[in-house]
Amino acid sequence: MSHYWRRRLLNYLLLGLCVACTAVAVFPLLSILFYVAVRGFQALSPEFFTQMPRPVGEPGGGMANAVAGTFIMVGLAALLGLPVGIMAGIYLAEYGRGRLADVIRFMTDVFTGVPSVVIGVFIYTVVVTRMGSFSALAGGLALSLIIIPLVTRTTEELLRMVPYTLREASLALGATKARTIVSVVLRSAAGGVVTGVMLAIARAAGETAPLLFTALSSRHWSLALREPMASLPVYIYTYAISPFRDWQVQAWGAALVLLLTVLGLNLVARAVTRSRYRY
Amino acid sequence: MAQSLTVENLNAWYGDKQALYEINLHVLPAKITGIIGPSGCGKSTFIRCLNRLHEVVRGARVSGRVLLNGQDIYAPRADPVLLRQRIGMVFQKPNPFPTMSIFENVAAGPRLQGVRGAALHEVVERSLVQAGLWEEVRDRLSQSGASLSGGQQQRLCIARALAVNPEVLLMDEPCSALDPASTLRIEELMGSLKEHYTIVIVTHNMQQASRVADYTAFFLEGRLIEYGPTAELFTRPQDPRTESYITGRFG
Repeated sequence: MSHYWRRRLLNYLLLGLCVACTAVAVFPLLSILFYVAVRGFQALSPEFFTQMPRPVGEPGGGMANAVAGTFIMVGLAALLGLPVGIMAGIYLAEYGRGRLADVIRFMTDVFTGVPSVVIGVFIYTVVVTRMGSFSALAGGLALSLIIIPLVTRTTEELLRMVPYTLREASLALGATKARTIVSVVLRSAAGGVVTGVMLAIARAAGETAPLLFTALSSRHWSLALREPMASLPVYIYTYAISPFRDWQVQAWGAALVLLLTVLGLNLVARAVTRSRYRY
Repeated sequence: MAQSLTVENLNAWYGDKQALYEINLHVLPAKITGIIGPSGCGKSTFIRCLNRLHEVVRGARVSGRVLLNGQDIYAPRADPVLLRQRIGMVFQKPNPFPTMSIFENVAAGPRLQGVRGAALHEVVERSLVQAGLWEEVRDRLSQSGASLSGGQQQRLCIARALAVNPEVLLMDEPCSALDPASTLRIEELMGSLKEHYTIVIVTHNMQQASRVADYTAFFLEGRLIEYGPTAELFTRPQDPRTESYITGRFG
């Protein structure tokens, strides 16, 4: 076989391998989406968002409390976690040099990899046992611990991608360092930072383990932050493993709602960050 | 108003590495002073010492004095932020703020000083006119600065620097990323700007120095070798190293 044909054959072989691997990677993802969409769609109706869960055996009902609970606790987590994560990212990118910053950076990486169940147990020990009850507050706190390291690292990395010459241009105009960071660096990286924030929130919205130990769940309509609170992931967990047929159907519905929420967040992030200017 | 700059015993370091040795130089007001020399001779470091941008680099430090209109910019109480509003700078690569429109780019500096409303529009227009860009952009001030050509972007950066009404304008190889036509425009522009501003320009293009500079300083290995009126330096260099550089024997 000539050198030419050997080269072409190798080329096709490796290309085929890459395509096959991509298919293997994408197939489960698409099947999950498809399966959840088909199964979940049957359970979805306006009632799902407006009605409370019904006792076993009674048909119908919805998950209004879990939908509200997820939004409240994820909102709480964002409120607590985003400022901390973004500021820490700014520190690491713009000021953090030397040992201290390296240690923080390393800890953040470790933190990102900590299983979320560990975060749940930690908050259970530190907050729930002291407060004497499961609470939405503890749930939000646990979710914020998921958000912080993700946001810290993406913010840092995106700020580092802003060319140094822009910082110099701003300083040379007589802007202070703080002003430069806010008006030039953060503003240039805003698109990426918002995307990172949305992904972190989406990740927190889907977490079950930290909530099982902290917010627990609730069968009632409750907006009180010091009381246990229902959430979609925990409802999916309890309903899916229950022996009751209509509960299982509702679990698929909840899964679809969660999926659509995450999808919606990502679409919003894309729309927001499609800025007028790029470089 | 254009001011003079007097540099006395200036040394500069990057960490342990010394980049400038005992520089003494007097920059005359309302003139163009060219800084020439081979790569790595300290030209850029020198010019960045004049607006205290050198010290922003990690581990960088400076000793000596730089007097702006008689006042030492390195005095213990001197504020580098206020200083940089009096000494504008244009960089090697055009660096307009990518997230800001043409208008906002020019307005960025005056806004820091609290200029607002009609006064701000006036400053922006005046600066763009001075930079010779107004006619080209007057109808698209809200477009991105990055949408302009390289030469236009550099003139936008000049307008941005002029908008804070500086007394001195530092230019660090402002034409090195530009084509000959854009270079010519900027050189013409410098000629008209020197009435109102003291200009210091770093260039590794000797022809450019001889075209635009009233005075030229030759740097080599961190030292100032020779400084004088441009015509004299290029026709009757006093130092043999200057002569071999300008005749193209090295660099």
